[in-house]
Amino acid sequence: MGFLVRRDLRLAMRRRSEVLLPLVFFTVATSLFPLGVGPEPQTLRTIAPGVVWVCALLASLLSLGGLYGSDFADGSLEQMALSRHPLASLALSKAFVHWLLNGLPLVLVAPLIGLLFDIDRDALQMLTLTLLLGTPVLSLLGGLGAALTLGLRSAEMLLVLLILPLLIPVLIFGAGAVVAVASGLSASGHLSLLGALLLLSLLGAPFATAAALKIALD
Amino acid sequence: MSRIRWTTFAAPSRFEALAAAVTPWLWAVCLLASAVGLYLGFIEAPKDFQQGQSYRIIFIHVPAAWMSMVLYLAMATWAAIGWAWRVRLASMLARAIAPTGAMFTFVALWTGAFWGKPTWGAWWVWDARLTSELILLFLYLGYMALVEAIDDPQRGDQAGALLAVVGAINVPIIYFSVRWWNTLHQGASVGVASAPKMASIMLTAMLVMTLAFWAYAFAVVFTRTRAIAAERERGARWLAELAQDTKEA
Amino acid sequence: MSQWHSLSDFLAMDGHGLYIWGAYGVTFVCMLAEPWLAARRRRRAWLAAQQDLES
Repeated sequence: MGFLVRRDLRLAMRRRSEVLLPLVFFTVATSLFPLGVGPEPQTLRTIAPGVVWVCALLASLLSLGGLYGSDFADGSLEQMALSRHPLASLALSKAFVHWLLNGLPLVLVAPLIGLLFDIDRDALQMLTLTLLLGTPVLSLLGGLGAALTLGLRSAEMLLVLLILPLLIPVLIFGAGAVVAVASGLSASGHLSLLGALLLLSLLGAPFATAAALKIALD
Repeated sequence: MSRIRWTTFAAPSRFEALAAAVTPWLWAVCLLASAVGLYLGFIEAPKDFQQGQSYRIIFIHVPAAWMSMVLYLAMATWAAIGWAWRVRLASMLARAIAPTGAMFTFVALWTGAFWGKPTWGAWWVWDARLTSELILLFLYLGYMALVEAIDDPQRGDQAGALLAVVGAINVPIIYFSVRWWNTLHQGASVGVASAPKMASIMLTAMLVMTLAFWAYAFAVVFTRTRAIAAERERGARWLAELAQDTKEA
Repeated sequence: MSQWHSLSDFLAMDGHGLYIWGAYGVTFVCMLAEPWLAARRRRRAWLAAQQDLES
């Protein structure tokens, strides 16, 4: 599995601009909201958790096209499937790479966006923490979506339509935790549920993704 | 009466015969139950103390919502059976159920809005039930989009089955999270008008309408399954023979 | 007709007529259109199957 991770990272480094694109999208998209809603600080503080989380969702999902796409196109995916290597661990390593290149940067940039919206320090910390817990889920479920839509027309848009409803709980608990902290309440419930979702995805998504890959490749 | 081998109907040819025979009766039940249900709901049932006449929308709102949920489970179940045991007809049934389920979901949302406006003053309220119905609509649309996008029928069936099962597993999680979200953000419970304390006549009317919707769903899904079978099995012997028979008739 | 004194009373529904008939109307249209479309799809599939015989 380590080999696959290193290989994918090396491939990604050759196309650095593609890796940066979701990050730029995230920044631009979040910045649009104040322009649309108005600069009133209290309004911005209120909408910040939701805005950051939704834009993180979209930035994650929109970058999934290449996850299996290029390997599928040149036939290396079929070769990997035929090898003794279990597809589930392939799915896990692909999700991990996606998180490293996409989710983790979002986690690092989010505090800066939070400052743009002038949310307080506790909320900022919670925002970072929830994204840290939530972005892996986005990568795991996103990988399932990518496998299901492998090689199809309009795969990217289809993927978003398929996976977004499944990500709603993550959005609710992630953004909700930040809102709770901003109102002075505890977010422990949100965090435990978020953790539970992460655990469930770690356990379930690789196998579902493996099944989806088999369906797509047969 | 000899025991019926239900697995016989797994053959598309036998299903075609069964469906063709049963569908007129299903429509008869649907029309009869609708007539009775609407009579009970509009002529017999009195106006509600709090909500006036507008509560009468429940006679279609609640059955539609129930159907939308049950049909999703049925769709996921048949899709899973078709995937696990490679029963073509089961996969065709699943595909046939989806548009009807989506239709009922839309009706539940539309009637919910028209009920909410006179009762709560807004066309849409983000209460847990309506929001979950909306997400269910997205799940249906996602399934339909996926199977339509895949040209190969077998891959389409299997991918659809996986998506439907993943969706079905997620539905309780989604519903729970939406309820959590709703209570936390709204404080006082803002909800779509809850059904008035049900006089038994109202409950009866609702149940009769549910029966009508069930018969409708069976009839439409059977018709659509027959269509899918005829489309997919072009070139199959049973279809050619049956088409020959109907031509000569 | 116990509670409804006239057809116009029935249609007006104490002022809630728009909502009730708006809801029922659209539902009715959906539940007419859907079976019609399904039946049309089935007819077309059968016609295609019969045409296959001729070729």
